[in-house]
Amino acid sequence: MSMNGSTPSSSSQGLSKRTVIALVQDRPGVLARVAGLFRRRGFNIASLVVGKAERPGFSRMTFEVEGDPSIVSHVAMQLDKLIDVVEVTDVTDLDIVWREMALVKVMASAETRGEIMQLVEIFRAKIVDVGAQAIGIEATGDPDKIDSMISLLRPFGVREVMRTGRVAMPRAALVEGGKDGFNVKGQESDIWVAQSADSGSV
Amino acid sequence: MSNEGNELSGAQIVCESLVREGVDVVFGLPGGAILPLYGVLGQWPELRHILVRHEQGGAHAADGYARSTGKVGVVFATSGPGATNLITGLATASMDSAPVVAITGQVNRAAIGRDAFQETDITGATLPVTKHNYLVMRAADIARTMREAFHIARTGRPGPVLIDIPKDVFQEMAQFDWPEEVDLPGYNPPGEGNIEDVKAAAKLIEEAERPVVLAGHGVLISKAWDELRELVEKAEIPVITTLLGISGIPTAHPLSVGMPGMHGHAYASLALEEADLIIAAGARFDDRITGDTKRFAQKSKKIHIDVDPTEIDKNVKANVAVIGDLKAVLRQLIPEVSKSTHTDWVRRIEHLKAEHPSLKIRETDELLGQHVVKTISDVTGGKGHMVTGVGQHQMWAAQFWQSAEPNNWHTSGGLGTMGFEVPAAMGVQVGNPDSVVWSIAGDGGFQMTMSELATVKENNLPVKYAILNNNMLGMITQWQDMMYDKGFYANAYTGNPDFVKLAEAFGILGLRCTSQDDLEATIRKAMEHDGPVVIDFVIRADENVYPMIPAGESIEQLIEEPA
Repeated sequence: MSMNGSTPSSSSQGLSKRTVIALVQDRPGVLARVAGLFRRRGFNIASLVVGKAERPGFSRMTFEVEGDPSIVSHVAMQLDKLIDVVEVTDVTDLDIVWREMALVKVMASAETRGEIMQLVEIFRAKIVDVGAQAIGIEATGDPDKIDSMISLLRPFGVREVMRTGRVAMPRAALVEGGKDGFNVKGQESDIWVAQSADSGSV
Repeated sequence: MSNEGNELSGAQIVCESLVREGVDVVFGLPGGAILPLYGVLGQWPELRHILVRHEQGGAHAADGYARSTGKVGVVFATSGPGATNLITGLATASMDSAPVVAITGQVNRAAIGRDAFQETDITGATLPVTKHNYLVMRAADIARTMREAFHIARTGRPGPVLIDIPKDVFQEMAQFDWPEEVDLPGYNPPGEGNIEDVKAAAKLIEEAERPVVLAGHGVLISKAWDELRELVEKAEIPVITTLLGISGIPTAHPLSVGMPGMHGHAYASLALEEADLIIAAGARFDDRITGDTKRFAQKSKKIHIDVDPTEIDKNVKANVAVIGDLKAVLRQLIPEVSKSTHTDWVRRIEHLKAEHPSLKIRETDELLGQHVVKTISDVTGGKGHMVTGVGQHQMWAAQFWQSAEPNNWHTSGGLGTMGFEVPAAMGVQVGNPDSVVWSIAGDGGFQMTMSELATVKENNLPVKYAILNNNMLGMITQWQDMMYDKGFYANAYTGNPDFVKLAEAFGILGLRCTSQDDLEATIRKAMEHDGPVVIDFVIRADENVYPMIPAGESIEQLIEEPA
């Protein structure tokens, strides 16, 4: 989702990119508050994913944010200032697991179908829909892998691409007996304190 | 009347909640969607309602009340235009961290989103100018929402909170249950600072030879003036006050150095530049102080104490940051700092004051705005309250008014809202009925909100309004003169009303003063009058505010006197 009229790829030069995870209360307008904050402070949201968290009444959002490095480094604290945002972690420099899913509809004739299926195999993607002239592909992985797959599919005629954006989670090794999935602490707590703005709401 | 557990209407729950929050006065203006609330307001005689003439005035009045008392100011408005009229007031309160709760009526739930009569998405519209806001869709949620809203407005870095309530939610019945606790897992305002950070700050103070405190609005918001004084007297640290920090220390205190920045005292700007340590206490390094941040105070380390972590490193990098309530942090800091003196540095600042006498008024027979402020300051002794609008009069007031009491200076600093002065002074007077409240206004700002004179009259609020009348938008004229090659346009008011007759039309005493000779007598006459007064001080028109550091520049571009 590009908030400032520029696409992530065209605005990435000279800008800094951060991946931030936020635990939010499911209250009306929480997405508008978050989006409004990014717009107002001049951050560009390269991607934003929202889904239910482990505890009822809470959601977890993953953002990729682009902007001037001095501003983007403040993104976690700015987010945490929102009342509905419970916990924010800038995971950019942490050891994280992250994934993106894409659905791609590509033209496929009898002659090209075999070649496309080979590509799908190489990228460990799946064919999820087959029509007379086109097939639907589901791919999961890091964004670079999905980029490469799509660029290799382009000569066949890519008709539609739907990408989820990146979802991220610190690696399981970083969990230190947190309660109810909250208060996940990093093993190197200094890093975590530096990146998390847990006490920051004012 | 406890009402706990009783079935009440949404409107009654609002009133009961206000009482529980200790509210005793509400500024407001009714309209269709909020009428159910007004319908029951009379059942709570402990809630005094002050009927304003315009919702913006209501918001500024609530803001003035809040700033001057430390309590939450409350304003009611109806849906649509009533609510949108609040926005300037909410933005003003937001920029200056004032605790205000606004309650707006909304169209019936079923009509929301249908462009109904007087419908505005006010929670959407006020998102960027409130600390938080709510649209309450069930009467059963009102009590909890009110409890949260007041908690959010008054704690941490205070700010405005808006609660939008549809008309039929006011009318819906629900059981009243007052929550003793607020459940806001995402909101944990800091109290004391991290002791390691405090110790690091103390170490920098010990090492400094030329320390200054830059005292901001946080000193007043957290009521930390005694702690500030204790710290700076213990370690002999001069105090520079920001525009909103004025009255954080008595202006006449030997360690008080005045206000720095664009139109600040030259010696304060120079002291800030020459310091080797700046202790920013509840101040946010606003651009009016720093100018070009890359050239700002390069010789100093910075300690930044703020309740809002997003202020740290936002404009100016801090060597040590302490996140916490300023009063609590200063209490932690005082014992960590040893008693010391900075005799040479204090002497150097005395020298700067002598060399750069920003408070010198040039010789002239004409009446200047500076004369007016200085005389009000002398006659009142800097006691009571001072409220200003925005522009030249504000800068002269900041330069020449000598505060003698804590938290008695109220101005629109961050947003720079012209017209703040008329209704805000009204709110200050309501919150401080026994104080002498002066409002210094420009003729421009005064005309933006002067309709509230009717409210002032109706409630017999004895505010003394001093209009510094140069028949123009003085600061605009100054900028056009100095920066736009004298391209004067839309700066002069050629058809201003007769402010004395205007006051009389409102049933208010109107006075006029046109010369230095009548100045003190006029001010004394206004003070002696038991009721509101409007004074038309006809001042010299072509008078610029000095010193001046042009926007985006640095101390090197300081202009101390007219060329």
